[in-house]
Amino acid sequence: MAVAVRKFDAVIVGAGGAGLRAAIQLSEAGLRTAVISKVFPTRSHTVAAQGGVAASLGNSEEDHWHWHMYDTVKGSDWLGDQDAIEFMCRKANEVVIELEHYGMPFDRLDNGRIYQRPFGGHMSNFGEKPVARSCAAADRTGHAMLHALYQRNIKANTHFFTEWMALDLIRDEDGDVLGVTALEMETGEVVAFHARATIFATGGAGRIYHSSTNAFINTGDGLGMAARAGIPLEDMEFWQFHPTGVAGAGVLITEGVRGEGGILRNAQGERFMERYAPNAKDLASRDVVSRAMVTEINEGRGCGPNKDFVLLDITHLKPETIMKRLPGIHEISLRFAGVDPIRAPIPVVPTCHFQMGGIPINYRGQVVAPKSGSPEVPVPGFYAAGECSCSSVHGANRLGTNSLLELLVFGKSAGETAVNDLRMGRREHKPLPKEAIDRTLARLSRLENQKDGADVHETRLAMQRVMQKHAGVFRFKDLLEEGVTEIMKVADQVKMAQINDKSRVFNTARIEALELDNLIEVAKATMVSAEARKESRGAHVRDDAPDTPEHPDGRDDDNWIKHTLWYSEGNRLDYKPVHLDPLTVESFPPKKRSY
Amino acid sequence: METRTVQFRIYRYDPDKDAKPWMQDIALELESTDRKLLDAIVKLKAKDDSIAFRRSCREGVCGSDAMNINGKNGLACLTDVDDLKQPIVLRPLPGLPVIRDLIVDMTQFFNQYHSIKPYLVNHDPLPERERLQSPEDRDELDGLYECILCACCSTACPSFWWNPDKFVGPAGLLAAYRFIADTRDQTTSERLDNLEDPYRLFRCHTIMNCVDVCPKGLNPTKAIGKIKDMMMRRAV
Ligand SMILES: Cc1cc2nc3c(=O)[nH]c(=O)nc-3n(C[C@H](O)[C@H](O)[C@H](O)COP(=O)(O)OP(=O)(O)OC[C@H]3O[C@@H](n4cnc5c(N)ncnc54)[C@H](O)[C@@H]3O)c2cc1C
Ligand code: SF4
Ligand code: SF4
Ligand code: FES
Repeated sequence: MAVAVRKFDAVIVGAGGAGLRAAIQLSEAGLRTAVISKVFPTRSHTVAAQGGVAASLGNSEEDHWHWHMYDTVKGSDWLGDQDAIEFMCRKANEVVIELEHYGMPFDRLDNGRIYQRPFGGHMSNFGEKPVARSCAAADRTGHAMLHALYQRNIKANTHFFTEWMALDLIRDEDGDVLGVTALEMETGEVVAFHARATIFATGGAGRIYHSSTNAFINTGDGLGMAARAGIPLEDMEFWQFHPTGVAGAGVLITEGVRGEGGILRNAQGERFMERYAPNAKDLASRDVVSRAMVTEINEGRGCGPNKDFVLLDITHLKPETIMKRLPGIHEISLRFAGVDPIRAPIPVVPTCHFQMGGIPINYRGQVVAPKSGSPEVPVPGFYAAGECSCSSVHGANRLGTNSLLELLVFGKSAGETAVNDLRMGRREHKPLPKEAIDRTLARLSRLENQKDGADVHETRLAMQRVMQKHAGVFRFKDLLEEGVTEIMKVADQVKMAQINDKSRVFNTARIEALELDNLIEVAKATMVSAEARKESRGAHVRDDAPDTPEHPDGRDDDNWIKHTLWYSEGNRLDYKPVHLDPLTVESFPPKKRSY
Repeated sequence: METRTVQFRIYRYDPDKDAKPWMQDIALELESTDRKLLDAIVKLKAKDDSIAFRRSCREGVCGSDAMNINGKNGLACLTDVDDLKQPIVLRPLPGLPVIRDLIVDMTQFFNQYHSIKPYLVNHDPLPERERLQSPEDRDELDGLYECILCACCSTACPSFWWNPDKFVGPAGLLAAYRFIADTRDQTTSERLDNLEDPYRLFRCHTIMNCVDVCPKGLNPTKAIGKIKDMMMRRAV
């Protein structure tokens, strides 16, 4: 099969918040840039973000980036890299103001400045009391942001390849990244995008779990492509379960609801968070709230016939506030829970939401991997940003609104670094190795010719059930060990996945099968990394690492302040140190995390 | 668990193998948890992987799964199966070329969106902080910025069917007014010039189909009316 080659200075895979922000940088610098996306840009899952984007603008009360940094380090349970966290928190005001200048329709305060609301884990004065730091456009912040970024790219004349799916990373024998192979959905044609800079911004992989707030397209393609090309995945054991997914449907109810005064109640009507987090209560960090909810349910205080959810109550808020600040939530609860939240509380359960780990990057947006004894050597030509990457600003647990911020900050910095490297580096493209596209062709022809194989839908479901059962909100030693065996069995099935539809035209069965190749890499990485981390930290809490005086919250700082690296080849683990040193300020040393 | 059987009639066309489009009748067993039409179609695809449609967010914010449902445009993910008369007839959005099954070619729709220059233009030197906007001025954008570009409206609009290359259509005009209404944008008169044409704006005959189908409850007709008013005022 002959494959056409298209040459660009840069190729960006992904047109969500991170990809679009990076694209602005490259297009405005006048570089020939291709942005590839599985879906029309404004259909990317950034569109679903509700609550807001963090920045210490201090528009309604005093705030400081240093406090934001402290909250983020604490939220990360001291697994976050403090240099990257400082970088992000210091850059927040700049990138949010830029977004406003692009036309983002933020809500406004009476004095005309951007409206800000409190959000879980964001406090003033190094953890004292909640602070209004989340910049919001009603409860549609992601939608407003994604559209504003897309619109800016129209202005900048960015070249989009919409409904193209990137399939594999192209590396040469030096390990340099030279682009990707991609499939045009409408025609079924495969093309090699040959680039001097390749930026991954492919978003999360929340679809490895059965119950998820993530879109169907969130299948971890960037992670799968990187893993197959020999790049390790970092900290994949850490998944955030959002406290408030609509019970049964999985659709998210933003934490902004609690920021506006919403309260969680158990079957007895008790505001149970007062027991678990006397200070921050319903606005404690997400892992803390999710575990409190599961504990309530496990101890029989859940609601409904099966006692399997709790209630999110906003009936005490003024209907005008709900309609003004939370109109989307009003719509979602009517449509997906069948409840008018002005009159009755919303049934909610913790739901898989966000992947803290990803493709390892530094704060400049360069992908880094161990090489000749050094843990973090940039992979030439390769950059990443957004949820697919691990900078690691979220460490073991992300604070709400820090992700939209991460898209802007690291989308921009990956873009800037790529622009610099392109200007400084060699002008011509390194030649494509002869076997550049072999991996892709082999995958496609295997799929084309598979007989008596495994059903894609059933196999994906099997994977999701294994993940849900063996690597959920609470983790158990036995279940994790079994989980490793179980997920490897599913992985064997994935290798034989079969489709019946062989059409060339918009073959979504083929797309789903190719996505499954990526999902399974992420699922394996998660299970293997989780089984190996023998402590509790942030979102990863094990029964055999309980809260003791010696190990508060089950954390083992002596042995486990380190990042996990998982390699697909050999299903192998490695570790690297956490950056405890920030860029300019003093390090925040680990201490017990209480809210 | 309680199950029920639901009858579907689906438009099928794969140019790779079909000489012309045909309608497929399928019955499907649904569980009580399968509430939305999109849940049902995903199940159908698990049975027959050749059914092609777009979907992503499954919560009505990405605009992917617009289709013609029992004769009316809507989003599958926001439509309750039990509200629909059977057999549930699914067709691609009308008026746009069909690529395959329920997937249409949206190029013309997006071209019209792009034609109104959907981005903020302000020539003042960039302030160090945010540009100020009063809450009242910001309120003017409500009902405009929430558009998800699903195309339910434009593909329900007879004027757009006849002139998809010349008439901007309700979604594009709604976006045009979103920037006209924004106090931070300085190009209102250029924006009006851009629409001053027998087709681009004035092909709208206020038939209101667009308002009727918008899954986000937006009102393009009202926005179009406001643009027309501004044109009139400008003319005198
Ligand atoms: C329901 C919900 C609400 C949230 N609310 C908030 C919030 O209020 N605040 C906050 O900070 N965070 C929030 N988050 C998290 C945040 O929205 C996400 O982390 C973030 O939007 C991810 O952005 P991204 O640019 O990395 O990826 P995405 O927006 O997911 O975009 C990924 C892009 O990659 C493309 N892509 C993927 N694979 C391929 C491939 N193989 N080939 C070509 N293209 C590909 C897709 O087409 C898409 O364009 C929320 C998340 C969810 C699920
Ligand atoms: S009101 Fe105008 S835009 Fe809307 S459907 Fe009618 S003709 Fe089309
Ligand atoms: S105005 Fe409504 S129907 Fe039209 S594209 Fe926007 S959201 Fe869809
Ligand atoms: S799937 Fe996103 S709008 Fe329906």
